[in-house]
Amino acid sequence: MSNIKDPFDPNQNIWDECGETTDSDSRPDHFIDMLESPMERENQSFLNKRAQESGDGVGLSRALEGSVLKSIFKTDLNRRRFLKGVGSATAFGILSQFIPIQSLHAMAEDAKSKIEKKKLKIGFVPITCATPIIAGHALGFYDKYGLEVDIIKTAGWAVARDKCMNGEYDASHLLAPMPAAMSLGLGSAAQDWRMVTNVNTNGQAIVLANKHKNRQDPSTWKGMKFGVPFEYSMHNLLLRLYVAEHGIDPDKDIQIRVVPPPEMVANLRAENVDGYLAPDPFNQRAVYDGVGFIHKLTKDIWDQHPCCCFGISQQFIDENPNTFIVLLTAILDATATAERSDQRVRFAESMAPRNYLNQPSAVLKQILTGVYPDGQGNIKKVPDRISFMPFPSQSMGTWILGQMRRWDYIKDDVDYKGISDEIFMSADVKKRMLEMANHNKNLNWTDIPDTKYPVYDVYGKDFDPNQINEYIDTFEITRSI
Amino acid sequence: MNTKRIWTAVLLSVGFFLAFLAIWHVTTHVEKTKADSITLSSDEVGQLTAAGMSETDMQIYAEKGLKFDQIEQIANMGLTHEDLEMAGGIEAFGFTTGGAAEEATTGFPSPALVWKEAYYQLSDPFYDRGPNDKGIGTQLKYSLFRVGTGFLLAVIVAVPLGFVIGMFPLLNMALMPYIQVLKPISPLAWLPVALYLIKDSEQASIFVIFVCSIWPMLINTAYGVSSTKKDWINIAKTLELSQFKTAWSVVLPAASPTILTGMRISLSIAWLVIVAAEMVIGGIGVGYFVWNEWNGLNLASMIFAIFIIGVVGLILDLILGQLVKTFTYQE
Repeated sequence: MSNIKDPFDPNQNIWDECGETTDSDSRPDHFIDMLESPMERENQSFLNKRAQESGDGVGLSRALEGSVLKSIFKTDLNRRRFLKGVGSATAFGILSQFIPIQSLHAMAEDAKSKIEKKKLKIGFVPITCATPIIAGHALGFYDKYGLEVDIIKTAGWAVARDKCMNGEYDASHLLAPMPAAMSLGLGSAAQDWRMVTNVNTNGQAIVLANKHKNRQDPSTWKGMKFGVPFEYSMHNLLLRLYVAEHGIDPDKDIQIRVVPPPEMVANLRAENVDGYLAPDPFNQRAVYDGVGFIHKLTKDIWDQHPCCCFGISQQFIDENPNTFIVLLTAILDATATAERSDQRVRFAESMAPRNYLNQPSAVLKQILTGVYPDGQGNIKKVPDRISFMPFPSQSMGTWILGQMRRWDYIKDDVDYKGISDEIFMSADVKKRMLEMANHNKNLNWTDIPDTKYPVYDVYGKDFDPNQINEYIDTFEITRSI
Repeated sequence: MNTKRIWTAVLLSVGFFLAFLAIWHVTTHVEKTKADSITLSSDEVGQLTAAGMSETDMQIYAEKGLKFDQIEQIANMGLTHEDLEMAGGIEAFGFTTGGAAEEATTGFPSPALVWKEAYYQLSDPFYDRGPNDKGIGTQLKYSLFRVGTGFLLAVIVAVPLGFVIGMFPLLNMALMPYIQVLKPISPLAWLPVALYLIKDSEQASIFVIFVCSIWPMLINTAYGVSSTKKDWINIAKTLELSQFKTAWSVVLPAASPTILTGMRISLSIAWLVIVAAEMVIGGIGVGYFVWNEWNGLNLASMIFAIFIIGVVGLILDLILGQLVKTFTYQE
């Protein structure tokens, strides 16, 4: 409730600190009813509830009027006499002639709608992992919640990180391990960034050059060269896990190189690499261009593994709490919609133009519908080849940190759970997801685990986040002791 | 030079170009083959029907020339023709039905494909479909603006500084070691540093242009100034001209061809660098355009963009070449 009084009420003493208040600040209910979808209505009433709790909107409006009247009448007695004499409405009219109270009101109204920053710049790297972020723009999910978002195509992960840190982006598509790396200051100055949601789960694959069709067993891969898109990525960690489980030491028996995704197909064609674990569309694109075949989907290594995330700085959240909520809602809505099988074709088509992924729409449809040729003469039907499950569990964070420790990217034991707790916004996201699901029965978020630290089955082995060192020790090939 | 020789040269040039196009066409051309339709035996139809495939679907696939085992595979997966259309159509599944295989199998685009792309791009060079998709004209505008700004800033700094260095041999000796160390550093090496320090990618790219343009101009200006003929300076001394007047009316005109040559070298380097810088930074510009097409593996439009970059570079060089000509006077 607001504790700021109406300065046009002659019965109130605005110079006095205390007093009764009667205002409620919410947008009128009929406005909420005008909104189309239950989600939008839910979002607006959620914001109104927050506004009532804080009272900022009406506070600003009243404070403006109050200070105007104070400056005119000097004493409160004068103000009350004047208002009683001519009536509040007339007083308001007269004063409006001289002072732009109307526009002050408009400003205050704006503040009431509660989105602190409407124009946002969000970065993305052009891969299908970013589907909710990209299609969110193409299909108007940001507009729906009153945000004016420009999504900016970014040349690579390092550039995305730099543009995040220097404030050119308000939020960005990042690899799941990146917010942790940015917060810890690994490879850059430290700045508090948050892993807000998964933008995709699954969605990667191991692709081999056509000439290796008879080398489907990873234990025969000694001497081969592989590409991954970034060192601190799920791609690198999953490839290492996979080959190590087949007795291949990723540091000694094979060579793993960092190759930008679009260059992977060309490198495969030029026989510069023998294979890669990369994001789509470049796996399916290798099949489409006839240079490689899909050996394994990462879904078959860890079903529903995290991959890319939606990252935002703690500073932005602190300065624009409502914008953050609205943005989170828009992303969650887009993610949930992208997960629906009846929406997949629409999403794939929306991302094909130059503006977004700049790919043949057939390739995108094969990836998103999961009906695809594997390059070995088979047609596969795997509807969850790429999934969009937004909830980021702390377990995922600890698994990532644990594997980074396993391969010696992190030199010493760290507080795995402490870091995950701080950087993965699981609690906030879960709260928002449950609120949204309450209002929209279509939101089928059955994957939200009851605990912050669920146990995952990763390539046939249970990962218990409470026993990370023990888990690492179960592996035969490992760098850390 | 007589006109006959010029015309022979022009004809020869055109001949080389046509030969190049012909070779390109022959090596990349793929014959569009219409797949032969197959006829399914009644036995096979029976098997497919048992697997739940409709007659129409069978007919469609048979006409497209799929082999029986391929059709059987589709049938066994319970995929209808609509399912496959939804996933991009049967051609996208790599079945050789002619036509769609053109790009996929050769990898490298034919001249006709590049021409098609060029026509598409040039017919509306200033279109704007959001922050990541603008016409080639708009992209060039941004790149030229960055190059122009960085280059002008470099001129403002390098020419006076080079002039002073050239006038005073002591200063020349003192500063040359630094200039020689800084000169060979790739401008792209400056880019991350600039991004980190300036915290603005637009200004960082201008800074990179500035840094790479400054050295050739500085060195050429200093050289031009210091190698002004001693006779001319002596004459100026005899005429008792002030030092400023000597610099302005004797040294500057004498050095101007060398200075302009330095500027010409700088501008070509700047144009080289902006493409690379924009590929790294992204956003907008002709370098970003190339990178964006690379992302989509659209080789045809990359080749078109490379051609455009070459032509613009040529025009920039011609403009400065003309300036050099204007300021070179006959002795």
